[in-house]
Amino acid sequence: MTAAVQPDHWVRPDPVQVRDEIGRDRLLGMFRKMLLIREFEERAELAYKAKKIAGFLHLYIGQEAVATGFFDHLSPGRDATVTTYRCHAQGLLSGLNPDELMAELYGKATGNVKGKGGSMHFFSKEKSFLGGHGIVGGQVPVGIGAAFSAKYRGTGGVSVTFLGDGAVPQGTFHESLNMAGLWGLPAIVVIENNQYGMGTACHRAVAVADMAALKAPGYGVEAITFDGLDLFASWKAGQRAVAIARANKPVLVEAKTYRYRGHSVSDAGLYRSKDEVERYKALDPIERVQTSLLEAGWLTDDAATTEREAVVERVRAALDFAERSPEPDLSELTRHVYAE
Amino acid sequence: MPIADCHPLKPSRSIDLKAGEPINGYKGIPTGENRQLLSLRMAICQALYEEMKRDETIYVMGEEVAEYNGAYKVTKGLLDAFGPKRVIDSPITENGFTGLAVGAAMTGLRPVIEFMSWNFSLVAFDQIISNASKMCYMTGGMFPIPLVMRGPNGAGPRVSSQHSHAVEALYAHFPGLIVVSPSTPYDAKGLMKTALRQNNPVCFLENEMVYNLEQEIPTAEYLVPFGVADRKREGRDCTIVAVSRSVHWALEAAEQLAKEGIECEVIDPRTVKPLDIGAIVESVKKTHRCVVVEECYRTGGLGAEIAAQLMELAFDELDAPVGRVTTTENPMPYAANLEHETLPKPHRIIAAVKAACYR
Repeated sequence: MTAAVQPDHWVRPDPVQVRDEIGRDRLLGMFRKMLLIREFEERAELAYKAKKIAGFLHLYIGQEAVATGFFDHLSPGRDATVTTYRCHAQGLLSGLNPDELMAELYGKATGNVKGKGGSMHFFSKEKSFLGGHGIVGGQVPVGIGAAFSAKYRGTGGVSVTFLGDGAVPQGTFHESLNMAGLWGLPAIVVIENNQYGMGTACHRAVAVADMAALKAPGYGVEAITFDGLDLFASWKAGQRAVAIARANKPVLVEAKTYRYRGHSVSDAGLYRSKDEVERYKALDPIERVQTSLLEAGWLTDDAATTEREAVVERVRAALDFAERSPEPDLSELTRHVYAE
Repeated sequence: MPIADCHPLKPSRSIDLKAGEPINGYKGIPTGENRQLLSLRMAICQALYEEMKRDETIYVMGEEVAEYNGAYKVTKGLLDAFGPKRVIDSPITENGFTGLAVGAAMTGLRPVIEFMSWNFSLVAFDQIISNASKMCYMTGGMFPIPLVMRGPNGAGPRVSSQHSHAVEALYAHFPGLIVVSPSTPYDAKGLMKTALRQNNPVCFLENEMVYNLEQEIPTAEYLVPFGVADRKREGRDCTIVAVSRSVHWALEAAEQLAKEGIECEVIDPRTVKPLDIGAIVESVKKTHRCVVVEECYRTGGLGAEIAAQLMELAFDELDAPVGRVTTTENPMPYAANLEHETLPKPHRIIAAVKAACYR
């Protein structure tokens, strides 16, 4: 049905060809980043259960390939990124230190934003990572603003705005894409369709199934759709999207993906079956990259174990750092309400 | 308290279009001795013009701000002066262009956005509150938001309920925002220039009904700081606190009260947030009475805030309860007589001052 609308919106590359195009070192780099994101979040989840972390904790587990494939084409700093409250991966991929990110989850003075944001609000000025936003859809015009600013200042940068399928019905989505299309902004808008907006299945919230393909024409922007559980598809989609955006044309992207965990850690997930979750876990994006690396002979089983041990060690160090760090001084309470 | 470096306000002239005078735009009418005659509308435009000349990161965006020259002509001439890259007509998309401005402010620009009226800012409320007002704090100071949001506020002429909101108390409620509401051309220009040189989100609340108000002001550059009130009239018997259009109602009431021997001091805080409560307290120490006049509603309005602060800071100085003359608690009606009674007009101010003076 959707093929009739825009037949070439699907990016379905041959994984072996893409693997060769990416090359050994670069692919290993992305593999390590995905491992780090997964380990960071699994340990954060345990720390939450141990009551070291509180508030909301929205986990990206299962979706790692989406942001990883796109960030590989960006130069953080020149290119801006912005995302939802599910922001740990984007923070790590921006190049932020896991220590300061874990300390932020712990609400410590050494945290990424001095303990004032928590899990939903990672940021980096240096890397033009414009956050971690708590209002569904609220970050979308902010990402368009970064694209406007890049074009205004003539930096050649693009912006990548991540949002969930649940934000697609929000007015900001419509307003943002209209402005991006109208003014020809270097904006990439990535819908991470993980099938559920909290507990509401996508088909109960959005009137069409192929969101990018069917909505993009209404804003005069290009559409890309890909399997978000496949890093190779994500990497190719990111490559295509960035090339289009660098020429001041906006792109609307849909990554069909899945989150293994609930909307947040407090979500018991009663709206979906265990079978369904297991089916997707069998398609795990990190396992698939590892298999591909092994097939290519770019990784051995031993080396894979070593890589995994390295991220375990890195995250353990981050947890130690967070544990040892002091709470914010009470003088911080009213600091930064206004610019200094 | 500073005495503004400007001549007294003149009453609005009837505009003679045939005379070819620039009734708006950024070019003032020279009056000699390094002074110029400007309407409040032109004063804002001139501030924008001068600051855009100085700082290339400033852009102006809003509905009808460019080719139409602004729905109220506050941006007249800016498109010609700076071109379409920096003076941009937006679609009717307040939440969108406000969010865009937040993203631009986070990446090196200094946006000025116009709400055709502050009524329409309510469409952008989430971007103003959840993003602009909190960004600096929730990023630990990493991302200040240098953003000026401006447009007419308060009741227009007979435009009824959905076009008559006064939002100063609403926005002043939230930490992180600065709320400015000038009553004179001198103040408007100086405050706008200050707004464009600092790094916080500013709600710059103008008023359609005083756009044509004229005043002679210096041609030389000056700034008016935030958080410094101005005494618009000196008096010994009762302090009246008001901003924006209400200042002029207060002055009108004060003239009539003077005929009955009651001399009012009119204090114009100019910025609602930060509020120069010190200046209000100083005046109350002299008059021992206070009436607050505002276009906001009574519940949680400026009067409620100022009365509470006076109770905290000047309890023993007060000889009467603090009076509040506000918009009555109903949506603005269309009928002329009902509109008249809804607004805090001079006849209601006079009654409130007399009550405070036990007269």
